[in-house]
Amino acid sequence: MSGQIAELVTWWGSHKLPLGHWVDTGVNYMLDKHGDIFNSFGFMIHWFSGEIENGLKFLPVWLLIAIFVILGLWRVGLRFAVFTLLSLLLIDNTHFWDQTVVTLGLTFSSTLISLLFGIPIGIWAARNKTTAAIVRPILDFMQTMPAFVYLIPAAMFFGLGRVPGILATVVFAMPPAVRLTSLGIRQVNNEIVEAGQAFGCRSTQLLFKVQIPNAMPSIMAGINQTIMMALSMVIIASMVGAGGLGNDVLASIQRLDIGLGMESGLAVVLIAIILDRITESFGIDPQQSRVTPFARLKNRLKGVTG
Amino acid sequence: MSTDKIVVENLYKIFGSNPQQAFDLLKKGYTKDDILRETGQVLGVDNVSFSVKEGEIFVLMGLSGSGKSTLIRLINRLIEPTAGNVFVDGQNVSAMTRAQLTELRRRDMSMVFQSFALMPHRTVLENTSFGLEVAGVAKKERERRAMETLEQVGLAAFAHKRPYELSGGMQQRVGLARAFTVDPSLILMDEAFSALDPLKRREMQDVLLDLQREQRRTIIFVSHDLEEALRIGSRIAVMKGGVVVQVGTAREVINHPADDYVRAFFNGVDTSRYLTAADILEPDGVPVITYPYLSEKLENIDIDEQGAFLLNEDKRVHGFVSNNHELARCKTGAAKPLAAPTVPTDMPLNELMDVLMQSHRPLPVVNEHGMYCGALCHTTVLKTIAANRGGA
Repeated sequence: MSGQIAELVTWWGSHKLPLGHWVDTGVNYMLDKHGDIFNSFGFMIHWFSGEIENGLKFLPVWLLIAIFVILGLWRVGLRFAVFTLLSLLLIDNTHFWDQTVVTLGLTFSSTLISLLFGIPIGIWAARNKTTAAIVRPILDFMQTMPAFVYLIPAAMFFGLGRVPGILATVVFAMPPAVRLTSLGIRQVNNEIVEAGQAFGCRSTQLLFKVQIPNAMPSIMAGINQTIMMALSMVIIASMVGAGGLGNDVLASIQRLDIGLGMESGLAVVLIAIILDRITESFGIDPQQSRVTPFARLKNRLKGVTG
Repeated sequence: MSTDKIVVENLYKIFGSNPQQAFDLLKKGYTKDDILRETGQVLGVDNVSFSVKEGEIFVLMGLSGSGKSTLIRLINRLIEPTAGNVFVDGQNVSAMTRAQLTELRRRDMSMVFQSFALMPHRTVLENTSFGLEVAGVAKKERERRAMETLEQVGLAAFAHKRPYELSGGMQQRVGLARAFTVDPSLILMDEAFSALDPLKRREMQDVLLDLQREQRRTIIFVSHDLEEALRIGSRIAVMKGGVVVQVGTAREVINHPADDYVRAFFNGVDTSRYLTAADILEPDGVPVITYPYLSEKLENIDIDEQGAFLLNEDKRVHGFVSNNHELARCKTGAAKPLAAPTVPTDMPLNELMDVLMQSHRPLPVVNEHGMYCGALCHTTVLKTIAANRGGA
């Protein structure tokens, strides 16, 4: 009896499932047989993100700063607007402006792609139990698989540069958009959904007139999280040559240059805070929102015109 | 005279993983508790049948968990029935396709919710016109109609506010306006005023009754508040454990409660104002002397205790004599009987009390033909009030 168990243990120890090998073979097969598809797909992403980056670079420094400051003033408040102004001036002063713009471009394009897929998938998962059951483990995989691991196949499929960086970022940043969209729709007050049905909403009307508008705070929180995760991932993506602030961070690690590391890292943090506060403000319930100087101005104008 | 707007026939709703199996058990004679024990499924509505007439306010009353909110949702099929039929204007709602059901909900019925269920991202006007918007009515037209109902409920000035800027009572006015704007013939109201404080609740009941006065609609109203049910309901259905235990008018339910459960509802509720003279009169409370009252055979009647009413041969009240001595004097013609003002059988109790207070004599009650039915004495009226105040 104990002999059999010992045999089983030996057998178990010597028969490793070749999971890694299978993945290797699969990736190589896809590269060999369907390389064209990846090429054209990669080209599309390259073009799309390039346009966004060019658009941002086209704007003069002062205009981009002005845009962020005005957004901050409108959505958050005066103190935050001052903070935004000082932060962006500091980034420009430390000569990280160009890299920051590249990072912003990467963040925006990966966020847009993430939302383009994430929100519809979230809606689908909220309305269909089977979809939810399938999507959930995939999201777990996307979120917890160490990010470096899918940087490698992404680089193999699409070569070094912006495209694998953006794709790895999309994989990493999409889950919160899916999860919070789905959660938001499922959490819409039951009587409000019933009201929609009771007044004769068709399925699509219920979705667009009742469920999505009422889930908006949650969806906006998902968008906010997606942006934040995208920003953190595009820094890591510089390992495959995505560019931007990540290059400086990476260089500082390789050269043990603490000063450079702090300067570039600080730029990332400041950009993160600015993006977070501005996008967060869109997710707040209208009933809880603070009165911003902009809103006060609007009310005053309304008061004048009656 | 009036036709049936809604007919509910043998309606069942079982909540659970396999309602059909539970339904089969039910047909075999299993009880609600048996089914819960055997299958873990809950019998929400158990063989309910009733009909509602056109223009009626029909109140479904019961404690929480009695199935009333489920039942109202079975009528517009927010919840799918397990078995049974619901007819609205003769059409079988339970057999409709999705498209037919949507059409019916848009055209003919609307709903008011306990939590108001207003959309926070829409203004009051946009909320009010929601039903019309869904039905595809043009913006101008639907806003005009929404403004009309907002004016009726007194909220026209708040049309461009958002719901959270309004108080609870005002929010439910928006809920009412939303339901009335689509101009439905049937409105379902699920505990519509239960979330409001008692003063606001009365105010909203008045708003509802006013709207109802302008145009009679059929309303099914779910409530756990007996006073509300008595105040607005044409008829009341009392539910318990998914079963309708009694259907009737307020007076029928108060005077002849079907069981202790129904009676328990009146605890702490002043039902005296729903009583009329007919409910409390005593046919033999006071001796009567039939005209001509001087006849010999009346000699041995002793009226010293309460006095007696004098009736003529058509049972019309002629007067009142207070004691034997007076009777004797009347017989000899030395005195005239006292005047006895009559009250009709349908006079409500609170008005009766005003009349009783003006006199220490019993009151004769007469029916619509002026014929004597019985007497109201001060002591019996007081006893009735004491018994109906609810006590405990």
